[in-house]
Amino acid sequence: MTLLAVDDVAKAFGAVAAVAGVSLSVAAGERVALIGPNGAGKTTCFNIINGQLRPDRGRVAFDGRDVTGWRPRALARRGVGRTFQISQTFPSLTVRENVQMAMAAHGGRGAAIGRPLRRLDPAGADAVLERVGLRADGDRGAGALAYGDAKRLELAMVLAQSPTLLLMDEPTAGMAADERHQLMDLVSRLAREEGIGLLFTEHDMDVVFGHADRIVVLDRGRVIAAGDPAAVRADETVRRVYLGLDDA
Amino acid sequence: MDSLIGTLRLLAEEPSFAVAQALTGLAGASSLFLVSAGLTIVFGVTRVVNFAHGSFFMVGAYVAVSAITLVGFWPGMLVAALAVGALGVAVEVGILRRIYRAPELFQLLATFGLVLVIQDATLWLWGPEDRMGPRAPGLRGAVDVLGQPVPLYDLFLIAVGPLVLALLWLVFRRTRWGVLVRAATADREMTAALGVDQKRLFTGVFALGALLAGLGGALQVPREAANLHMDLNVIAEAFVVVVVGGMGSIVGAYLAAVLIGVVHAFGVLLFPKLTLVLVFLIMAAVLVVRPAGLLGEAPVPAGGGHGTGEPPLRPASPLLKLAGAALLVLLALLPLATEGYALVLMVDVLALALFAASLHFLMGVGGMISFGHAAYFGIGAYGAALAAKYLAAPMELALAFAPLAAAVAGLAFGWLCGRASGVYLAMLSLAFAQIAWSVAVQWLEVTGGDNGILGLWPSPWAAGPGAYYYLTLGLTTAGLLAIRWLAHTPFGQSLRAGRDSPRRAEALGMSVGARQWAAVAVAGAFAGLAGGLFAYAKGSVFPSFLAISRSVDGLVMVLLGGVQSLTGPIVGAIAYIGLADQLVRGVEYWRLVLGATIILLAVAFRGGLAGIAIRRAGAP
Repeated sequence: MTLLAVDDVAKAFGAVAAVAGVSLSVAAGERVALIGPNGAGKTTCFNIINGQLRPDRGRVAFDGRDVTGWRPRALARRGVGRTFQISQTFPSLTVRENVQMAMAAHGGRGAAIGRPLRRLDPAGADAVLERVGLRADGDRGAGALAYGDAKRLELAMVLAQSPTLLLMDEPTAGMAADERHQLMDLVSRLAREEGIGLLFTEHDMDVVFGHADRIVVLDRGRVIAAGDPAAVRADETVRRVYLGLDDA
Repeated sequence: MDSLIGTLRLLAEEPSFAVAQALTGLAGASSLFLVSAGLTIVFGVTRVVNFAHGSFFMVGAYVAVSAITLVGFWPGMLVAALAVGALGVAVEVGILRRIYRAPELFQLLATFGLVLVIQDATLWLWGPEDRMGPRAPGLRGAVDVLGQPVPLYDLFLIAVGPLVLALLWLVFRRTRWGVLVRAATADREMTAALGVDQKRLFTGVFALGALLAGLGGALQVPREAANLHMDLNVIAEAFVVVVVGGMGSIVGAYLAAVLIGVVHAFGVLLFPKLTLVLVFLIMAAVLVVRPAGLLGEAPVPAGGGHGTGEPPLRPASPLLKLAGAALLVLLALLPLATEGYALVLMVDVLALALFAASLHFLMGVGGMISFGHAAYFGIGAYGAALAAKYLAAPMELALAFAPLAAAVAGLAFGWLCGRASGVYLAMLSLAFAQIAWSVAVQWLEVTGGDNGILGLWPSPWAAGPGAYYYLTLGLTTAGLLAIRWLAHTPFGQSLRAGRDSPRRAEALGMSVGARQWAAVAVAGAFAGLAGGLFAYAKGSVFPSFLAISRSVDGLVMVLLGGVQSLTGPIVGAIAYIGLADQLVRGVEYWRLVLGATIILLAVAFRGGLAGIAIRRAGAP
């Protein structure tokens, strides 16, 4: 079942066509990587999908509904979760409260005043933390976490909202090699277990070829190749414009 | 109303009158532009909003008055500008340089402390009387414009604005120094990485900004006597200009100064009592269409990065609960020990503790800096007084009306919060409070102007000092506990979350703007209740209830107690009113002492008293 369908979106900044007609799709339970050399339009494309940017033309459909130009928070309420290139958490809350905040927002109680946030289903929050391996850190301030752990906390916050689609912008940026694969193994397992569709951008080709079911390659704002890892690896154009320059 | 129609008819029948009025507005715009240009240049490079910029303007005017008598008019102008530029260097090197990396709040507070220091220093040097300067030689007369006499000096001022704008443009486009300043405005880190001497660049930019403000003040001398209110008056308007023009944009500042100047000139004619309200409405209208101002760029949301943030909120420890309960018992027993002044003083302390806690909710919890929180305190007080005076409401009803009126004001102002944030909001909050104050002063028929509203008497059951004390103690305790409760709920925590990382909050489906809007109204309501209690304690209300100094009181209490602690504002209020206030107000130059204290707190003791206590207790 197609979860996300991006149809011919384009976006220009002044005279520069950052994205010049890109189409792609993500099915439930599928992991799709969006790659390309610097300036290929990955980030612009990604920001159109996550609602940060409104495309000049084209359509973004999620779960059969046209969501073009929807704001990030409207998308979130429909079941689109996202992580940021530099992980974004709430450092002034405890690790558990970070997850409880996400749960409260998901349950429509994000501005409730009936009881303290820390009393809001702590067991449920701990269960989510358990899945990313942070159960023992629940009472710590999130600002005190190591960088890799902050990334996992961010993932836990997103998971707490039971998204159907997960958008990850450079999920392993700034992490050591073994940490990268640990995180992506975790994401892959969760995506499989829950049938979450995953779309991610990534520079590390090991991560891309090791964790994507399908790869979409952008260059100069257009899709130059799309397919399973083996097909993309064998594609002549891709080898020339991308892998040839930046072969991992 | 009749006068309004009369004025409108006059304007319609005599277009020349309208032209003359517009010219007056343009002349006023020039000084405003000079101040605003300096403010916006300094902000662009250093990211510091300098509250003391209006003080530079004032000092420029005073120095000019003195210098003119010594060296003549035009050299006097130059001396004033250069002297203020030198003052700018001293301020940058002595204070600002130490706080460029500090949180925004402390930067704002330090420059706010400077406002107080400079005010008293000016009072000390030049005395309390207004100082009238001479007319400009050669520009004394007036010329005929469409049959209306227009002062020559006004025409000169009208030319000064574009002239300075052109000069600044040349400096920033055609000199190496100007290019470096623009580069630093665009990307501070990159400029530093390229090996540019940041210290000298910042000092130079600050000196230029101060010089422009000083020149603006000096040029104002022939039109307006130098006085001790110039600083806050001009800074409130300059904030509006900079926000409307777009932070960092010099051309935007000029356009906005012209807009505000002309609106002001006609506003004085049409709505003499509500000129500032008109200015505020213009600003709101511009921000609706262009949230970043006429020529500004949208600020990039920051924060939420790794390794930042405050310690998490923890439930009150048994020790704190015990201390709170003990304090409450002690306070409840106080009337048994005394009937006199101590009770009256305690009512003040309690009301102001609630005021400080409401401000803390906004700043410490919500991350929204307010330099005009007294607006809600005063609107609450006036709300109660007006209800009592015009609706003959009994005390109970009037006290209920106080938080309501303040919450409505909070809703009106808080609407801006979805459109502005950070330093913009701090600047707008000051402008908003200044406007509320001017309404209280100018709208004689309703508010009684400077005479205030007298004759607020508590209901018979609460009339005794002991009874009113218990009423205040009860309502304040309830208010303080409610604020504390709110901070821990999802609502309060999501405010902290939205402050930490707006992007994360939005990506989780939470509307940060809507929460902040609500938070302003909630904080306003509690401040309003405090104001109402204060009003009945005094038996009257005065414009000073919403004056800037009242807002400063709140800030000092919060800061003294510690921004990062929920208990802080209560400790701060007790310390400030109980000790500092009594000592400081006895000194003639109390603003100097207070300002220096604020600067010291902002530069050296950012944790406040609670922070010191926490450090002593050995916690991290």
